[in-house]
Amino acid sequence: MWQRIHALTIKEFLALLKDKRSRMVVFIPPIIQLLVFGYAATFDLNRIPFAVYDEDRSLTSRDLIARFAGSPNFHRVASISNDSEVNPLIDSKRALMVLHIGRRFSRQLLEAGAGPVQIIVDGRNSNTAAILLGYANTIFAAFNTDWQRQAGEATPSVRLETRAWFNPNLVSRWFIVPGIVGLLTLVVTTLVTALSVAREREQGTFDQLLVTPLRPVELLIGKALPGFIIGFAEATVIILIATLWFGVPLRGGLLTLYVGLFCFLLSTVGMGLMISSLSVTQQQGLLGAFLFLVPSIILSGFATPIANMPYWVQKLTLLNPMSYFLVILRGVFLQGTPFHLLINQFWPMAVIGVVNLTLASLLFRHRLY
Amino acid sequence: MPPEESTNVSSAPSAAHARRRRLSGLIRKEFIQILRDPSSIAIAFLLPVVLLLIFGYGVSLDAEHVPVAVVVEEPSADTASLVSGFQGSRYFEPMMLRDVESAEKALMSRQVLAIIHLRANFSRQFRQPNGAPVQVIVNGTDSNTGRLVLGYVQGVWRNWLERQAIARGQALVMPLEVQQRVWFNSRLSSRDFLVPGLIAIIMTLIGALLTALVMAREWERGTMEALMVTPVTMSEVLVGKLVPYFILGLGGMALSVVMGIWLFGVPLRGSVWLLLIGASLFLLAALGMGLLISTITKNQFVAGQVAIITTFLPAFILSGFIFDIASMPPIVQGITHLLPARYFVALLQTLFLAGNVWSVILPNALALAAFAAFFLGASRRKLRKRLE
Repeated sequence: MWQRIHALTIKEFLALLKDKRSRMVVFIPPIIQLLVFGYAATFDLNRIPFAVYDEDRSLTSRDLIARFAGSPNFHRVASISNDSEVNPLIDSKRALMVLHIGRRFSRQLLEAGAGPVQIIVDGRNSNTAAILLGYANTIFAAFNTDWQRQAGEATPSVRLETRAWFNPNLVSRWFIVPGIVGLLTLVVTTLVTALSVAREREQGTFDQLLVTPLRPVELLIGKALPGFIIGFAEATVIILIATLWFGVPLRGGLLTLYVGLFCFLLSTVGMGLMISSLSVTQQQGLLGAFLFLVPSIILSGFATPIANMPYWVQKLTLLNPMSYFLVILRGVFLQGTPFHLLINQFWPMAVIGVVNLTLASLLFRHRLY
Repeated sequence: MPPEESTNVSSAPSAAHARRRRLSGLIRKEFIQILRDPSSIAIAFLLPVVLLLIFGYGVSLDAEHVPVAVVVEEPSADTASLVSGFQGSRYFEPMMLRDVESAEKALMSRQVLAIIHLRANFSRQFRQPNGAPVQVIVNGTDSNTGRLVLGYVQGVWRNWLERQAIARGQALVMPLEVQQRVWFNSRLSSRDFLVPGLIAIIMTLIGALLTALVMAREWERGTMEALMVTPVTMSEVLVGKLVPYFILGLGGMALSVVMGIWLFGVPLRGSVWLLLIGASLFLLAALGMGLLISTITKNQFVAGQVAIITTFLPAFILSGFIFDIASMPPIVQGITHLLPARYFVALLQTLFLAGNVWSVILPNALALAAFAAFFLGASRRKLRKRLE
């Protein structure tokens, strides 16, 4: 039995890696994508282009402007002196924000204790706008506190002391890079498995495999092993790059991480083979691969939290192996979550994997075409 | 020699006629093939519906009902009034606890995203000039949500201070009276911003999926060689492949736009004609990219792999659909310029939310046209009537 599986596995590897271009596609792009995406995927804004519209031109207004210009998050690109200049700046995206200080700002601040300030923000990217407003409000709050202290006014009766655990500076790279580990592992295993049976069916060689002494289980293992081995190897390289290159802390146990990886590969290889054995042509296999990949990534919590999704979509994510694996990845990397707290993430992936692999092996023989 | 003369005269129109017939034959053949394996139709019409539904409902960056643990070590009237601020907020789902240990456990397992901790001496310190500290701990694993939650906590805190001041009969005056105005999307609804980008991502997938395999299929099945012995030119083969999928792709685009407007209520403030032109240019670029992949690889398996790796993830992460391009490092920003999706996302976001802003539309449309010309030109160059 093992001899037959061994032979089939070697044949699968040859089919996959014999073509130089196919070899390249499986190994090079994931590593490049990790590097590029690791830098690209961030919710932190730096050097937000903003314009200053200062009609007051006082010491106080300059102090406020200097707080923005001195912040690493903001970058002053223009100074304007006319209402009509605001529109073109925002429309053309040259500035994301205009800080407008009215003519009577400093006088009202001194006389009434409150001066009006206006900020105009480009809301086309709502997330960027929300983050930008957060940064701006922090600067305004600091100005307020300093002003009140100078004026000798009473401090509030309750003050907040805020801290963030696991990621004290709230760096979004620490959140995103472990996610990319899952993302690329998913893409690579789909790449390896989703077209493998479909290609043999289209070329007619699958019928030949079916008349050999290989039993369905052996056929299944032979088809699944390349996905497993390549998935394990690439995930390991990606985890190494995530920790050594991007400096994301790996606080939990490697064993926990790899048990998670094993269950995840079981489910994605199963999915890939199921799609593949369901399709008669490679075009259908490719369509199936995308119909699986895209929702798996969008509904995984990779970029947007599952908790923000409507109830029925949250239920749908229970079928998504990626959503479990992301909890494991982020838990093990950042929180150092111990093994026993993650058991509820391991078993659903294993169940999804076993069900899909069983379906795939049934489809090997019973798919009519 | 009168007969020769007559053939000379009639040869020009008959050549044009023959070309038209060859082309319409090729296009008909392609349509028949599309109908035979309905996966192409599924790609053009089923894929956008399914993806837009999942995306449109599933992707949201607006956090509401965030579970938080509120730890009050010694309840009193003062703590009750502050806590009621959290209970009344639609952003929070408070879980009342008496000790920090259980709250920390809940934070670790992500049952709660933050802890609001009022210590035993809260009421005593509250009366003192320095004020009482409230400890706020957020789970920073999801940094974006963590930052949002901190912002919400500050909002509740500021509202509470205001109500306290009013109760004491004084107005709480802040030195800066900040007025925020968010243009184009005043509610900051993430759906309005995400749906136009989603359409661009979906069209990227459709464009590549439709054509990535078609040339390779002809090579693999040997029908390309059959085509070579006919009088059709390679340009005609290319156009014959392009036209049917362009029509399918535009159908998918129209479906997505209609769904975006009617189902998700995204405003379309720009002109429909500009949208059509932009979409056509982008579709030519995306189909051209698929054709180029297909022409170069001549192998469906490799072409499929290339399509998986080069389309979705780059368009998802590098197009500015969700991650802001301006905050990426300069090298990565340079790389984003190599993606047609980047220009299409900018074009769609502006056309939908802002309107006909020529300073955004023109450069992006020109870039898309350049990409279309490049991909189609390169496919034509790589496509030769020659056997290896």
